[in-house]
Parts: sequence; C-alpha cells; structure tokens
Amino acid sequence: MSKSKAIVYIRLKEGVLDPQGKTIAHAMSNMGYTEFESVRSGRFFELECETRPDLEKRIDEISRKLLSNPIIETYRVEMV
Amino acid sequence: MKFGVVTFPGSNGDYDSYTAAKFVLGKETVFLWHKSASLEGADVIILPGGFSYGDYLRSGAIARFSPIMKSVIAFAQSGGIVIGFCNGFQVLMESGLLPGALMRNSHLRFRHRFVYLKTENHNTPFTNMIPEGKTIKVPIAHGDGNFYNFQADVDELEKNSKVIFRYSDMNGKITNEANPNGSLNNIAGISNREGNVLGMMPHPERAVESILGSDDGLLVFDSMVNYLVNKPAKSA
Amino acid sequence: MPEPVVTPELVKEHGLNKEEHARIKKILGREPNFTELGVFSVMWSEHCSYKNSIRLLKTLPREGKHLLAKAGEENAGAVDIGDGLAVVFKIESHNHPSAVEPYQGAATGVGGILRDIFTMGARPIASLNSLRFGSLENDRVRYLVDGVVRGIGDYGNSFGVPTVGGEVYFDEAYTGNPLINAMAVGLMKTDGIVSATTGGIGNPIFIVGSSTGRDGIHGATFASAELSEENEAKRSNVQVGDPFTEKLLLEATLDIIKEDLVVGIQDMGAAGITCCSAEMSAKGETGIELDLKDVPLRENGMTPYEILLSESQERMMVCAKKGCEQRIIEIFEKWDLHSKIIGHVTDDGLFRVKLNGKTVSEIPSQVLALGGETPEYTRETKRPAYMDELGKLDLNKISLDIDWNDALLKLMAAPNICYKGWVFEQYDSTIRTNTAIGPGSDAAVLRIRKTNKALAMVTDCNGRYCYLNPKLGAMHAVAESARNIACSGGKGSAITNCLNFGNPYDPEIYYCFAEAVAGMGEACLEFETPVTGGNVSFYNEDPNHAVFPSPVIGMIGLVEDLKDITTSWFKNEGDEIYLLGTTKEELGASEYLSVIHGQKRGAIPELDLSVEHNLHKTILKMIQTGLISSAHDCSDGGFSVAIAESCIGNREHMIGASVELPSDGLRTDALLFGESASRIVISSPAGKAIELEKAAAEFNTPIIKIGTVGGSKLKVNDFIDSDLSDVGEAFYESLQKLVERV
Repeated sequence: MSKSKAIVYIRLKEGVLDPQGKTIAHAMSNMGYTEFESVRSGRFFELECETRPDLEKRIDEISRKLLSNPIIETYRVEMV
Repeated sequence: MKFGVVTFPGSNGDYDSYTAAKFVLGKETVFLWHKSASLEGADVIILPGGFSYGDYLRSGAIARFSPIMKSVIAFAQSGGIVIGFCNGFQVLMESGLLPGALMRNSHLRFRHRFVYLKTENHNTPFTNMIPEGKTIKVPIAHGDGNFYNFQADVDELEKNSKVIFRYSDMNGKITNEANPNGSLNNIAGISNREGNVLGMMPHPERAVESILGSDDGLLVFDSMVNYLVNKPAKSA
Repeated sequence: MPEPVVTPELVKEHGLNKEEHARIKKILGREPNFTELGVFSVMWSEHCSYKNSIRLLKTLPREGKHLLAKAGEENAGAVDIGDGLAVVFKIESHNHPSAVEPYQGAATGVGGILRDIFTMGARPIASLNSLRFGSLENDRVRYLVDGVVRGIGDYGNSFGVPTVGGEVYFDEAYTGNPLINAMAVGLMKTDGIVSATTGGIGNPIFIVGSSTGRDGIHGATFASAELSEENEAKRSNVQVGDPFTEKLLLEATLDIIKEDLVVGIQDMGAAGITCCSAEMSAKGETGIELDLKDVPLRENGMTPYEILLSESQERMMVCAKKGCEQRIIEIFEKWDLHSKIIGHVTDDGLFRVKLNGKTVSEIPSQVLALGGETPEYTRETKRPAYMDELGKLDLNKISLDIDWNDALLKLMAAPNICYKGWVFEQYDSTIRTNTAIGPGSDAAVLRIRKTNKALAMVTDCNGRYCYLNPKLGAMHAVAESARNIACSGGKGSAITNCLNFGNPYDPEIYYCFAEAVAGMGEACLEFETPVTGGNVSFYNEDPNHAVFPSPVIGMIGLVEDLKDITTSWFKNEGDEIYLLGTTKEELGASEYLSVIHGQKRGAIPELDLSVEHNLHKTILKMIQTGLISSAHDCSDGGFSVAIAESCIGNREHMIGASVELPSDGLRTDALLFGESASRIVISSPAGKAIELEKAAAEFNTPIIKIGTVGGSKLKVNDFIDSDLSDVGEAFYESLQKLVERV
C-alpha cells in the first residue's frame, strides 16, 4: 500500500489580530533586528496517510473541520 | 539584606513576590525593571510568575533577552541567590541557568490548585528552614509546567540531589495522583549544580499568610534569609 | 471608491426604522452620509442606546448613601467601603461573540469588563463569570464550554486577575445561544475616581493601546464593496483578545492617572471610537473633533466608516490635560504601547470627524449618547400562555417510590449541582494574594489589604425560576446573592446586573423583561442593595426559541472583620447542626423534579422578602458573635444537597453528619429536596444553643437543632444513609466526565 504525506499550514486570516506575531516582532526589533516590519505566526501539521483517490478531498475536509478554526483561520495543504 | 523582584512586561506575580518579601518578611525589597541592567545591590533576585511577553513563542523565551537578564545571569554565575517561580522558572531554563524544559501540562489545560510538595534536599539556601518530614502546601497556577529533560540529565539531577521539590500527597508520598502536570519524576523544583539558583513551578510567594489558605511558602523565604545571615560562616 | 448612497434600504439594513430615519434627517437638517449613517446605526442600536430597556431600568433603585458612581454615570458603579477606599464593579455580556467563536468571544468579554474597571482608576482585584450553556449531551455545547472556559482562563490568568467565582448552569434553553456574562471588581482610593468625560476646550484627545483593524464591524460587508467574495473568505471580523497588551495598558493607565495627567478616560468597547467620542463629549457637555488620519491602523485602505465602527480590542480614549501630552507618551512608551493624539475638545457640542482635514461626519454628541437624546421606547407586553400551563404541577403524579440515597447521588452528580472544579481549576484564583475564599463556597471573599475588612462577591440567577415566574425568579436571584454573602460573613452593598433576554419586540419576551426588572427592584429595595449598572443583552435566541429569561445578579458585600469570614463546610466532629428557616411543600421548578422526574414545571418557591432579610441579619449576627463554624444556604437540590455539600466541601477533610428533620407532614421528596427559600444550614460548637436561639428570636427567624457533625456518613432521618466517599465521588468527578466524555 502506498503512503502519502501532506503538510497542512494554518494561518490567521488577514485582518485578525495576531498578538503573538506582534509581540515577537517587537522583541526582534528590540534585539536590533529592525528590518522585520511584521511577523505573523501560524502552525503546521504533518499528516502521514494511506494513498487513496479522494485523499486530497479528505485532507481538505479535516483541515476545515478540525485542524483549523475556519472562523479566524485559513489553511493550505501541501502534498509531499 | 535586600530582595530584588524583576518585572518583565507581562509579569503579574511580581507584586506577590514583592509583598511577600517586603510586608510579610519585612525585608527591603525593590522592583527591577526589565529594561534596566542594574540589580540595585539586591542579595536575592526573584524572577516572578506571570506571562512575560504574553508567553508568546514559548514561555520565558523572549524575556531571557531582556537587559536585566544579562545582569541576573552574571549574578547567578558569581554565586548570587536567584529564585524563579512559575514563569520565572521558565525564564531560568530558557536562559540556560537551569537544565530542562517545561512543556504543556500533560492534560493540556491550565491548572490552578493547592498542591503538597515534598522537600528532597534540605541543605540548600531555599529549604534549610523547612522541617524534615513536613510537606508544604502551596498553589500552582500554570499551563506549561510539565518538567522534561533527557533521561541521562534527569538521572544526573537526581544523583546530585538537585531535585529540590517533588509533588506529593499531604503525607509526602510521591504518587501519580499528586502529579498535577505530568512532570517527570513528579519534579516541581530543581536547582543548578552549584545550588544557588532554584526554579519551581509552584508559588510559595502566594502561601505566606494563613488567611490565604497556607503560610507554608514563607519557609522558603525564611530559608533564604537564614542562609544569607549565616553565609560568611558557611563559606569560610 | 465612492461611498454607497444612503437609500431607505440601506437605512433599514443598518437596523434603523423609518421614524428613526426621519428623526436623523431632522437633527441634521439633511440626509446623513454613509459614515454618519454608520455612526447613528451603532449609537442607536440596542447595545449602545438601551432604547428598549432604559425606561424600565430607570425604575430600579439606584440610590444609596455609599454610592460614589451611580448606574449610567460612569464606566462602572462605585461603592464607598470606608477607609478611603471604593469598590468599582460591573457585569457585562458577551453572548453573541461567544456563540460564534467561544474562545475569543469569552476572552474579549473578560478584557472589556476589566477595561471598564481600570479606566476608572481602579486596579482589578477579582473576576467572576456567570455562564449558561445547553445540555452537555450536545457536541456543539461541549465545544462551547471548552472554548469559553479556556478563553476566560487564558485572558484572566495572563492579565493577572484572580478569577474567584461565578456560576455555570446548564439547560437546553441555552443550546444555540450560550450566555457568557463576565464581572470584574476593582479597588481604588475614593478620591481618585476618573470619569469618562471630556473637558477643557482645546485639550488633546488620545487613542491609546492597540492599533485599529476591521474587527467586529457588524453589517459592514457592504461598506467594503471593493472586497471580492474570495477576499471575503480570507477575512474575519472576529475580535481577538490580547491579554498581554491589556496588562500593559492597565499599568500605563494607572500610571497616567496617578500622575494626574488626564481629564477623562473611556474604554473602547462596542462602537469603538464613535461611542467613546460621543459619550465622553456628551458627558463633558463639549464637542470633540478627530482627524482619522492620525489613528494607528492595522490594515490598509480602511474607510472612515470602518475606523469609526471598529471594535478592535485593548484600546481606550483619553482626554488629557494640556501640557501633559509628552509625559503621557513617555509613560505609554515605557510600557511598549502606542499613544497618539487624534483630536481635541471643542466648544460646539458636535462630534466632528475629519479625514486629512476634510469633514466626513458631523453630529451633535447629545443625540448619540445614552442619557442624552437617544430614542427611548416602551414596548408592548403580553403574559406568555405557557406560564399558566407550566405553572401547574400535580403532585399526585410524582412518584414517591424513590430510592432516596440514589436520588441524592444523582443530584450531587447533576451538571447544575456538581463540583465545577473542571471549570475553575482552569482559572488562577489566588494571584495577587488576597483570596481568602476562592471558588466553591457560597461566595468568594477577598481580604482588603491594610484594613481588617474583606469583600464578598457572588453572581446568581436561576433561569428556570425566571422562565416560570420572571418577577419572583428575579427576586430569588437577588435574595440568593444576598444570602450567599451573608453566609460568608458579609452584608450585601450593591448589585450590578446582566439582563439576558430574547427579542424585545416579542411582547411575551418583553413581559418577562418588565416583570424581572420589577422583581429585581423590589428585592434590591428590601436588601438595601442599589443597582449600580450593568448591561442588557436582548436577542438571545436560536431559531427555535429564546433563552430562559436570565437576569443575572452580581452582588458585592462587605465583611466588616476578617474573623467573620465563613465557609460552607463542616469543620469539627461534635459540632451541632441547625436549620434556619422553614421548609414547605415546594417541589415546583426544583432541580430534583428536573433531574429525577424530567419535569420543569410547577410554582416556583415563595419568597417573603422581609423574612429573607431577617434571615440575613440573623446569620450575620451569629457569625459576628462567633457562634458559627459553617453556614451554607439551601438552594438547588434543597436541604439534602446543602448538607451533603457541607459534609464534603473540604475535600481534604470530609466529615459526616447525622440529622433528624421534623417532617411536619411534608412529602419526603419536598422535605429532602424541595427548594423552599430563606433557609440556611449552620454548624456550631456544642453549647451555643441558647445564644443561637436568642439571635434567631431577635429577628423572628425559625431555628431548629437537627443533629451533629461527625463520622464518615451522611444520615438524614431514615431516608438517607450514604457513605461520604460515594457522595464525594458523585460530586467531584461528574463534570469532567460529562464535558470530556472520559
């Protein structure tokens, strides 16, 4: 049985405040790394899965239903 | 004798440490601002609880780069007494003054409750006034207090008696039920190899008056005072 | 991109009716432009104008000799507690945001109420929450519970305020629309209260704290016509809380107040810059002029409409004293925060907004601000038909063939009675080292440093009671709050309220609202606990039904001496147990009837306010004269649950009891589990009987000795004989199982 791997990247939607990114950007600037104007944080999940025809559809579903909070987050799936 | 309490942006236990040292213990106490490099001649440095920099990135990860931490690290390396409660413990680890990491609580939730601690080493600047066989009742309040380190490093801590406090039941028995966050070996507090730096997740600074549910935490403060008063004799 | 043209349809979409539209045109002498329409729409919304509730709210008792700031005067109410100190407190709802995004909705609710407290110059010392959810059987409800509790915890824990109490209540009525009410309490010197006002023509207006984004702009989608549908999917107007910034904002705010640099401060909550500008200038009886080009923005291309209506969190408006600008900027910089001058105070009474010097909106402040000339309506009422039907209860059909031990265990494990540690252990309740009694007793109690006093605080409401009888139900909520505070050793000082109801245009809903306000007023008069303000939340409905009418009471009380602080659990073997008050045959609307018989009906318990008030005086006298070891009021689950809680309330030291209740011909279920009001279970060291009876007689309070503390079992007559280990397990381990399904 062949295996696939997918990475699901989750990020906040545009316009949603990212307190963590904001604070890290400020800290970077304090440390002298002043060229970074903005930092947005996110997270990713690596999924290992059995290959099946509707895999991408199912990853899309689980990304929407579980991995992300569609009210404030978007996601992107990368098959590797 | 002077206590210095560091205030990072987002510290919120600084006031509790300050009032415990100043008003309950009756010692001269100053706040130390994170942007300053001066320890103002303090004999004990307290890294307080709270959410320095909102705990964004990792608990304590940003605070370690504050100007004050350069001075604290130098002070610790020269043998000065440094104690970190909760977030302060996390800062000490991120700064490399204490070994290990504090992960998300194993049940993945913030947890506040009173716990009992068994003192594993009474011969330290932080525990010398805690009677043998007495468990101390103090609160915990954290989401990231799950002590972790590589097995070899934990063995090293254990072998050198640098595990100072363990979560126990009220009778001092080390049990799974008494472990509030999944810490390895029920570890609640450790010191560095030299013994002058202590980090602990629980909050003795909040258990300093009986009206607050316990005054056992005062023993930790009394121990530091006792140590400093008798220090010349000891180091001689 | 030109602004949309204001048409009757657009006005309607903004929630303004024809009469309101006509009135706007009359005020302005012209059609409002799009930005002005947005301003009127938010300021005349229910949320800001209280247009459908204000007339009734004005009937509530708002006078009291200790009140420093009365209802509607300031961001929150303020009560003088002596020693030069004032307590500032308020409760507010965040129901709808929490129904959409529970974590952020609850978190920003906590953040908003904390800002209301510290903008007055008070440091928050405690936070409480009154939470109402649907049945835990429902997946979505469990998701909401989890998110709300995390949101409250993460915000308060990080900010550094102890979350010391509140309530969590479950009923199917709240399934689609949870109620998330957050209360905050602050302490300050009486001479330092800062007003939400402007003053001094030419004084600068600052915006401080976070930058402004498009968060929380309701109905603003059509305002941004340039956004394609695809963009829309990438956007969100959910407000995100940042407790870290709020903590910095707290410290900076208290610093600028301490240095006497400000005329007035207001938190930016609903309707953001608009609401602050209009309300502060209306209160100061000045005008205000802003230029939006100076507002720090988080996003590009924001229109005046969006900037004015944004509800981005952790922002405040400050009216500074002239000459203090530089020092204010320095203080905010110390705390890594922005502060920006965006306008000044004028003398023309107008709220004028410019963009790069060009006027985009100009409206008299008074017509926008609550207390000024905003619309006020009296709505139609109609007694709901269900009340007569559900008020009936045929006791003959309620079986008495019940295993009472089993019924007790079921009640102790029921969601509305069981231990809520799963919730409140996620809250830090001991930070700032003032917490004498945290969550889990009758009321939370915090000592007041440098005095010998303490503050007791509590929230309460029984939604089922209010559904069946809104007036009496609201009276019960006030009575139980005051009783809880009395049991903890204090006397109620004042209340704040959060009135959660359905659609006010539904006459049956409005009837409940009017009745509840009337009942609350009567009770507050009796207990001398004036209403210092609060919040009205209408439209709490899901597609099927409205929530139970839920007038939530937040009460604070003063404990005059630290030695009077009293907890609800038994302390010593051999102590004698007494019951204060009278047990009647009152099973209607009880938790017992709901849990054991699946019925939510019947007449709710009677309440005689003067009997109740005398009970409070009795218990307080007993406590103050040192007669009492524990005091616990009978509420949900009646006498048996109350005494069981007293037995197991100290988990480390559970201690049994053996009691004999005179049955007086009552049905056993009513005797054991009926919820007759005005009753307290106390324990006292042996030998105090005469003094106790004397104290009770002084206030005509019935008292009866019923048994003694001791052993490892709870025994009630021949009906209940339970091991405390079983009772404890049922009580302590239930909620986690129900929420986490473990």
